[in-house]
Order: sequence, then C-alpha cells, then structure tokens
Amino acid sequence: MAVSIEQLIEQVSESELLRFVTAGSVDDGKSTLIGRLLHDAKAIYEDHLASLDRDSRKAGREYIDFALLTDGLKAEREQGITIDVAYRHFATPRRRFIIADTPGHEQYTRNMATGASTADLALILVDARNGVTTQSRRHAFIASLLGIPRIVVAVNKMDLVGWSQNAFEAIRHEFGQFCTKLRIADLEFIPISALKGDNVVHRSENMPWYQGPPLLSYLETVHIASDQNLIDFRFPVQYVLRPSSDFRGYAGTIASGVVRLGEEVVVLPSRRLTTITRIQKGFEEVDYAFAPQSVTLCVADDLDISRGDMIAHPANVPWIARDIEAMLIWLHEEPMRLDRYYLVKHTTSVVRGRFTDVMYRIDPDTLHRQEAKALALNEMGRVCMHLFRPIMCDEYARNRSTGAFIVIDPITNFTVGCGMIIDRSHPYTGSTAAQRVALHQEQITVEDRSLVLGQKPVTIWMTGLSGSGKSTIAYAVEKRLLADGRACFVLDGDKVRQGLNKDLGFSPSDRSENIRRVAEVARLMNEAGLVVLVSLISPFRKDRENARSIIGGDRFLEIFVHAPIETCEERDPKGLYAKARQGLIPEFTGVSSPYEEPDQPDLKLDTTQLSVDACVEAIIGLLREKRILE
Amino acid sequence: MEKLHLSHLEALEAESIHIIREVAAEFERPVMLYSVGKDSSVMVRLAQKAFYPGKIPFPLLHVDTGMKFPEMYEFRDRFCREIGADLRIYRHDEAIAQGVNPWDMGTVKCCAILKTQALLNALQEGGYDAALGGARRDEEKSRAKERVYSFRDSYGQWDPKNQRPELWNLYNGRIKKGECIRVFPLSNWTELDVWLYIYREQIPVVPMYFAKERPMVVRDGRLIPVYEGMRLQPGEEPQTVMCRFRTLGCYPCTGAVVSSARSVAEIVQEMITVKHSERVTRLIDHDQDSSMEQKKREGYF
Repeated sequence: MAVSIEQLIEQVSESELLRFVTAGSVDDGKSTLIGRLLHDAKAIYEDHLASLDRDSRKAGREYIDFALLTDGLKAEREQGITIDVAYRHFATPRRRFIIADTPGHEQYTRNMATGASTADLALILVDARNGVTTQSRRHAFIASLLGIPRIVVAVNKMDLVGWSQNAFEAIRHEFGQFCTKLRIADLEFIPISALKGDNVVHRSENMPWYQGPPLLSYLETVHIASDQNLIDFRFPVQYVLRPSSDFRGYAGTIASGVVRLGEEVVVLPSRRLTTITRIQKGFEEVDYAFAPQSVTLCVADDLDISRGDMIAHPANVPWIARDIEAMLIWLHEEPMRLDRYYLVKHTTSVVRGRFTDVMYRIDPDTLHRQEAKALALNEMGRVCMHLFRPIMCDEYARNRSTGAFIVIDPITNFTVGCGMIIDRSHPYTGSTAAQRVALHQEQITVEDRSLVLGQKPVTIWMTGLSGSGKSTIAYAVEKRLLADGRACFVLDGDKVRQGLNKDLGFSPSDRSENIRRVAEVARLMNEAGLVVLVSLISPFRKDRENARSIIGGDRFLEIFVHAPIETCEERDPKGLYAKARQGLIPEFTGVSSPYEEPDQPDLKLDTTQLSVDACVEAIIGLLREKRILE
Repeated sequence: MEKLHLSHLEALEAESIHIIREVAAEFERPVMLYSVGKDSSVMVRLAQKAFYPGKIPFPLLHVDTGMKFPEMYEFRDRFCREIGADLRIYRHDEAIAQGVNPWDMGTVKCCAILKTQALLNALQEGGYDAALGGARRDEEKSRAKERVYSFRDSYGQWDPKNQRPELWNLYNGRIKKGECIRVFPLSNWTELDVWLYIYREQIPVVPMYFAKERPMVVRDGRLIPVYEGMRLQPGEEPQTVMCRFRTLGCYPCTGAVVSSARSVAEIVQEMITVKHSERVTRLIDHDQDSSMEQKKREGYF
C-alpha cells in the first residue's frame, strides 16, 4: 500500500528520541564504530563521504577512515585524537538518535560526564584483544554515577581475536562482575567488528554463536519510555510572564511528573497553597502537561512567585535544604577549595555555597574510598555543601532534574564541578517519607523517623573490661557508619561521667544508676532515630539486663569485647590498672570488683585476635544480618 | 488514554523553548540573530511560543551584508511586521562603501568583514550580552562540538579547546563585562527536523526554498543563480533550471539544488531521501581546510 506524504511525515515526526553517549579508550575504535553506524544506517551524505575519502587518502589510509568523520576539530584531526564532546545525529525509520561522542582519555573525564548527563544509554567500547581496562571500568562508573540506566558494552575488534566466543565471554564475565557494584539496571554485551561491520547494523556471519541483536537493532528497540519520572510533579519556575494586567503566568519546564488543570499545588519555599487555573503549551491551552514539556502555568491566587521557586503537589514535595550531600565530579584544573564560596546552579536557581567536607574520594578503578581533603581535576567523591539559601531538591537517583547541580567559580565563571544529590544525610528520603512528615506532623512515630532516616534505630551495647578496646571499636564503627551516611552517636563511660553522671561513683549501686541513665539516654536517641553505640564496662549481668529492658529487646545488641585481664592490664591505656593495683582506685573491675561475662552475647570480639578493622567489619556484618543496615 | 510521552520533535521543541526562556531570564540584554532563513523562522516561532501570550522580550537582529536576495528582504520585512517583532538591522556600511565583495577579495575575506566583523560590531554597539543563533550541530563538523551556550571572549572569539563543560540543562551564562554568550537553541535539530517542524507548525519561509524554474549557471559543479550585474565567467551560459535553495546566504555565494519540491511536504519527502548535506551549496564552507572552525574561532556563528 502506498504511503501518502502526510502519513510519511506523521510517522517520521512521531519517532522517539534516544540520546546515547559513547566512550572508549583511544584505540578501541570508537570513531570507527560511529562512522560505521552512520555509514551503514545511510546517515552520511555523499559530499561528506567524498570529503572523508579525500581526507583518508591525505592521512595515508588505504581504507575510508571513519574516525576522520567524527574528529571534527582541526587540532584533533592533526593529533588523531578526540578532545571534546561531539554530537552526531542520525535517524532510522524507528528512532532519531543523538550521539554524544566523548573522548576516552583519562584526563577528559569531564567530557564523558558532560555527554553522560543527558544520555538514556551509554555505549562503552572494549577492545577484544585487551579486555576490560581501567578506562572501561572508569566509563562504566561515570555512567552509573550520572544515572544512565543502561549500558551496552560493544566488544570490538572481534575479527582480531578470530571471532572467539571465549574471548567475548571472558570480557562479559569480568565486566559483569565489576558492574554488580554499580547501579545499572540494564547491561548488554554485543560482539562486533566496527571495521568490518559485523553486528553493527548487519548481523555477523562470522559469529553464529551470538544470538542477540546487532547494535543498531538494540538501539532501535530498547525500551526507554519509562525512564521519565512521571510521579513526582516538580516545576521550577523559570520566567514570570506578565504581558498585561490580566495575565500572569509562570513559565518553565516540567522537571518531573504530571500537572492537571484544577489541581491544588504548593509553591515552595513559601509553602503557599493555590490552584492551577490554566496550562498554556505554546499557543494552545491544555488540560494537563507532563515532563519534560515546556509550559506556562497560571494559578488562582495572587502570590509572590519568582524564578527559582518551585511548584509541586502538596502531598509530594521535594526537600528544602541548605545542607546537601552529593557525589561530585571536579571538572577544573584548579582543585576544589574549602575556604571559599562557589555558585551552585540547581534547576532555575543560582545560590552561593561552600564545601564543608569531603567525606571521601572514590577510585573509579577499584571503587575504593580514599581519604581526601579536596577533589582535583577529574576526581570524584562524596561531599557536603552548605548553601546560603535553601534549594528545593530530590535525590538524583530518583530525579535527574531536581537532583543535579553544577558548581561555578564566581571569579572565573568557569563550570568547575557537577553534583548528584544523595539522600542519606537528609531528614527525608524521597517523597513518600517527605509526604508523611508534611501531613502527620502532630503524630510522628519511630517508624516515621526510621523511614525518613533510612535506618532502623538500635543500641549496640559494648561491654568488657577497661582496656579491652570497647571505645576504640565504638568510635571506629561510628566513623564507618557516618561515612555511610548513617546518623549515629557514641555514649562512652568517660563522656557520660563527665557531665550527666558526674554525681555518681563506682559503688555497685552507683554503677547500676550509671547504666540505667545511659540506657534511658540511648533509648531516647533510638526514638530520635539514631544508631547508638554504648561503650561501658557494665560488669554486672543484671544491670545489662536492666538496660535491655529499658531500651527494648528488639533494639538492643549486646557485644562482648573480650581481652584477658592480663592483656588489658598490659595495655592499661589510661594508667588505671596501675593505680588500682596501688589501691588508689577502689572497686576497680577485674582488680577489686568482679566482671560477669555475658552468657549469650550477640557478638563476642576477642581483641587479642582481631584488629580494630576486623571488629568493625564484624559489627557491620551483624547489623546487616539483623537487617538494621540494608 | 492520556498521552504522557513526547515524540522527538516535541522533545526538541520543549528543549529549545527551555533554552530561549533561560536566556531571557538570565541575561540583561539578549538579542536573537535573525538571518531570514528557515532555521531563523523556526527559532522565532519557538520564541513566540516560549513567551505567549506575551511578546518576544528581546529584539531580532539581522546582520545584513547588502548582498542578500531581494526575496529575502521582502520576506524579512513582511514577516517581522506581521509578528510584531522588534527588528534591528546592522550593515557594515563603511566596508560596503569601500567596495568589499567576494569577487575581488575572495569569499574568506569578504565573509570575515561583512559577516564576522559586522556581527561583532553589531553586538558591541547594541551592548548585547547574549546572542541567540539558529546554528545546528548537524550542519558541519566543528559545529558538532559547539555547546548550547558558547562562551565568547571580549573579542568575540571561540576557544574550542577550553569550552565550559555543559551538563544536563543547567547552562552557565555567567560572563564578565564585554564578554558574550552565543546561544544555540536548535543545537540538537537536524535539517529534517526543521522542515518537519515548519510543516507541522505551518511556519512561513522565504519562497526561494521551493522549486521553480530559475535562470542559473553551472560553476565548479554548483548551480549558481543568475542575477542582475553578475559577472559571468568566460564560457558560462545562463540556462533555466528547475531548482530550489536549501540554504540562503548572499547571492554571490549561494548555490541551488536541482529539485522539483514545490511545497513543504515535498521538501520533507525529498529530505528523507536526500544524498547531500545542505552546506554543500555554500561556497564559503569550502574555501579553506577547516574553514568553518577558523571562522568560528574568529567570531563567526
């Protein structure tokens, strides 16, 4: 049946847009692949092909070098490398594609991040001869950091490994292992030869063992429609339209969610409620609008709304935060500084802010966390920022629009960093929790707090002789939990006896009272949602049982930190044993007062056998096992 | 069922409107460069939509070389009058009076003076801190590397090796006095997208885009229109050719393509099967190796 021009146009106009980023090391053949993709998909004009042919010969190639097609800048063509992100376009009857072609060199992490920020998919090239390299891992990590939900690994140059299935499977296995540590919803592997064209557009006859689709078929059919967050309505006000006295509208791009005529909305940060009275999309009025449409909203009430404000549904609001935590990529030669302020552009607002802490730097090759004072060019890490004005934001993993920000140097005006907001340090996690807090402020339960903090409160009660290592371990666990974004606190004997319990001595009855008070404080802290680490000798069984009943059995973990008295005495970090032996301290546990070992502690740590780190690991393991940490 | 999903054309439209509004919100004196061509027509339409029911809150600027086709001037004046646009025209009259032209001094020099220099003069005279342009990344290799917000120093120069990273839709428009941002809201559009949108929105364009029998000469394999006062080269014989223009520039430097597409729909159909890039008809892109990049570094769009 003949298709009319109108139908054809309709079909082409309605096709879906897929944006993908390509990454690969210098010699993985990325440019060749893109050239091949464009060529075989018939997306290269004849005059471009002719000039490519000329350029290829000029560069001394005997074949058409597709790399010359994509390496646009003169400097790049001369050096034979790609130095900046280039955007390519092509279309098939099914889809329209935008490729962000990013350079693979280590020093150009920033370009990969740039290309990845708007991508639906990442295409990572691996040379079949070299296997998974440091750079492949780095690219996968950046892709996951920027929230790209799917990665396609094109294992290239299969022709040079004799089309070997084993070589392909080995790479698939190794890469797959690495990616289990990342947040990637969908991971696909395709064996190709960009130079020969196998499995790029056309199915390879050399690799009958591969059953999956060629690259282009995959790109044409992979499901992306559900990537858009259509749940949490967020409308950052971009521009106020007031052409006449009878029209006032708020123009902007819907960051996420759907808005309907007549709906009640809340304006943030003022928290004023109003109703949507008109939705203008270009020249037409519509009944509803959704992300990522650019529209203009009118509301019923005459409110003071300006650029940088946000409109949302009252039952589903973002955080309003001055202190944020984020994964950050530093993009500038001059390293980050903690002693000066920067500008943060987030949705439509620009605020001043300061880095208050670099919690760690992450090594993208091993994913190990390293201590760092600041981030330098192309380094990534977790940071805390304090903003001079609050922003309305969400977790990046949930919302790529309201969870992202860039950092601008106020002096040079250069874009020096980009951040992806994480939720751990926040009083809320995501909209469900925020919604509950917003609506039920009169009756907040421990469960509510638990939900918003993303952790179950618990008291980890560490008992043992003086010098057995309780406090050392408690503080090490606290550090570790805080680094993980958990809210926790150490109550140790010395600390409470300096203030809260300074009226108490060391008689059995005073010891009981000491423990009772600490248990009550721990309980309050648990109710506030905190994980509490108690470090107390607490020598008597009945006192510990009393503490358990105060705190509640389901929130009480008893950990016996064990070292023989001889060892403790030898360690004697505070010189107490020596004094006790001289009779200067009465009723000293282990010397002049007994220690009753727990019968069935949740964990027994022998500190003569285990390092501090091993003890920390054991406790974290216990918390995981008890499902206190996910 | 409610549709909650955008086609590629709708997604491009939303993105472009976002960019145009961002410029209006963040800059003190923005201007939209209006070149009379199809991309400008689309860009102006997007701006109208962005601020409707209000008017476009910045002027349009036409950098005129004095060598555009008569149909273009006619179209420009009518179009801008009809939509109520605030049109500013800048012409480097001093250079034109000195006789700058492509025949005597070559296209490279002529462009550098009548387009690049004229543009820089116009931006400086108007005190504009942002200039929206209709350039697209699919047009040419070095444009593929262009940012949506392209920073230009106080001499209007582009430094491709030191571009600001551009992430998400968070554009960095911060500049110092005298510096300027060139903004390209159509960055992600292709020539086909432009025509599809013109079709969908019924946007008026200069009639030269439609096929008609026109007097032409063939020069270096290109179809060059014959016009009054043109200098014919030895052996050139004007002939009537059914053709249309894919891009519109200055008359000495703009070629046509053989085509029978008389309507937007037919142009779209032609586009879907076309074999050559649009800029093949622009003599100025081919005048030296990496010529577009060179021009852009100096301040050209």
